[in-house]
Amino acid sequence: MTKEKTVKWAELPKIGLAEALYLPAILDGVAVTLKHMLGGKAITRQYPEVEPDIPANYRGVHRLNRDDKGRVKCVACFLCETACPAKCITIKAAGTDKDDPNWNDRDKYPASFEIDELRCIYCGMCEEACPVDAIELTTIYDLTGLTREEMIFDKDKLLSVYDETVAKGDDPIRTKRGVLGPASEPAARSDSATQGDSATQGDSATQGGGATQGGAATKSVGGVQ
Amino acid sequence: MLAQFSWDEIWPLAVAIGIVMAVIPGLGLYMTFIERKAAAYIQDRIGPNRVGPLGLLQAVADAIKIFLKEQVIPNHVFKSVYFVAPILGLICAMLGASVVPFGPTDPNSTGGFRAIIAPHVDIGLLFLLAVSSLSAYGIVLGGWASNNKYSMFGALRSCAQFISYEIPMGLSLLGVIMITGSLNIEQMVTAQGEGITGWNIWWQPLAALMFFTASLAETNRLPFDLPECEQELVGGFHTEYGGIKFSLFFLAEYTHLTTVSFLTALLFLGGWNFPGLTGPIDASVTGYLLRWLVLVVKVALVTAVIIQLRWTLPRFRFDQLMGLAWCGMIPLALMNFIGVVAVLSFGFSKWWLAPLSIALVLIAGWWTAKTTTASMARRTALARVSPAAPAAN
Repeated sequence: MTKEKTVKWAELPKIGLAEALYLPAILDGVAVTLKHMLGGKAITRQYPEVEPDIPANYRGVHRLNRDDKGRVKCVACFLCETACPAKCITIKAAGTDKDDPNWNDRDKYPASFEIDELRCIYCGMCEEACPVDAIELTTIYDLTGLTREEMIFDKDKLLSVYDETVAKGDDPIRTKRGVLGPASEPAARSDSATQGDSATQGDSATQGGGATQGGAATKSVGGVQ
Repeated sequence: MLAQFSWDEIWPLAVAIGIVMAVIPGLGLYMTFIERKAAAYIQDRIGPNRVGPLGLLQAVADAIKIFLKEQVIPNHVFKSVYFVAPILGLICAMLGASVVPFGPTDPNSTGGFRAIIAPHVDIGLLFLLAVSSLSAYGIVLGGWASNNKYSMFGALRSCAQFISYEIPMGLSLLGVIMITGSLNIEQMVTAQGEGITGWNIWWQPLAALMFFTASLAETNRLPFDLPECEQELVGGFHTEYGGIKFSLFFLAEYTHLTTVSFLTALLFLGGWNFPGLTGPIDASVTGYLLRWLVLVVKVALVTAVIIQLRWTLPRFRFDQLMGLAWCGMIPLALMNFIGVVAVLSFGFSKWWLAPLSIALVLIAGWWTAKTTTASMARRTALARVSPAAPAAN
């Protein structure tokens, strides 16, 4: 059989005596595993005695923020409910009582705000959509419950998550991004106005994409464009 | 019927059976735990350490779980054989353990407690090999009764592997049998003499290696566990088994493993002999116990090597497996046998056997290296064509 010139002959590496015997390679391998076995460099984390290092922008359980007067920041604009891909947020808006001195400067507030934590996919779209930084995802990752009903967090529960995390001091770092609406703290509003415009651009881009309702909210943000 | 045996004859038997029946399942259970821990440390992690101190009660938790698991019997299995198969495998494994001494025994003892269930069986080794050959039935019946293509393939592969590796196992033991002059396992240990210079591994290193490798293949341990690996065959012959039936298969495998470790330690590593332990076996209690400890330590070392090899070596492909048995180990075992016959019948010193074994291994390796490259190169070249080849040459 002639050796055709168009055929490329693969030259295999020559098997020496060591490879044909199997044993030297086996002993090499055994040495490696022995080194690992007796080396003692186990990299297992002993949870729950040792908690993992949660990055600051981890998307965990939601919380509803309070403003400096202690009221809920949420203005019931329905941006988060619309943006949510899992449709886990249910809001019932209510107008504020204009005679109440505490609520004079607010038009709307959420009478009921429910998040089904089991349906939620923890994507953070609601947090990105919110114009007033009312909803945030904390770093709480070990959420458990015994019934499906108790995992539907209502407004009080979400506000209590806020109270707990503020007390613990590990606030999420994604607050105060972009131009904030009237429900946000005054200090935060002036802070973000002096920050770079790139943050603003990014914000209006998401909100423009996500919002069909809440025209009042977009107008107040779009003023800087 | 039992009245013809006096109590003096029965009580050592009962105690020995009790020890074996208590230790072997418990050892099989704890070997799952030891294996998990060893695997974990090799892989830079910690194994089970939650149940009990250092995780030692994990095996007990596993046992409780297995007993309380729901017994799922698929509709399509052939029920009578389906139930019999794991039981058959376990019976054959346990029967083989009856002629293996688990402690120091005197081949001339007449009464009293002996650390072996069936003492003075003059065909002990032959009985052991014959009975453990029967455990192929358990595997094949299990695969057949499962009524499942993958189980059938796994069972057939396992059976082929099993009977292929029985031959080198038996052939490699022939040299040791000829040196000892008896098939009695207790005799074979005693013939290795006291101290360290009489161990059979110095005279038959090749046979020891081949016996060890063949017994790894017999028990379906890596690197020969093709019949039961998940990536190849779903679950192999035990796909349709769950709960206690599955654990019976595994208990049979671990019993085989224990028996084979014992055999390696007894036949090749001198059993309970160690430099410094001289005199008759039951001269003193401490001597007896020390010898027992020596045997247990040797068996533990062999088992540790087996467990470590599992996590060191990649799996053999089926044709490589069969090639190793038929084209590699059987010729080597036969030549080793011829070498032993020549040395013993011409009256040369036994110390010629060790360099003879090593020479055989080196010649086999050199021959493989010489002949493999050329044919493999041709096979590979035919498969690859240059992409720039013109259509009409």
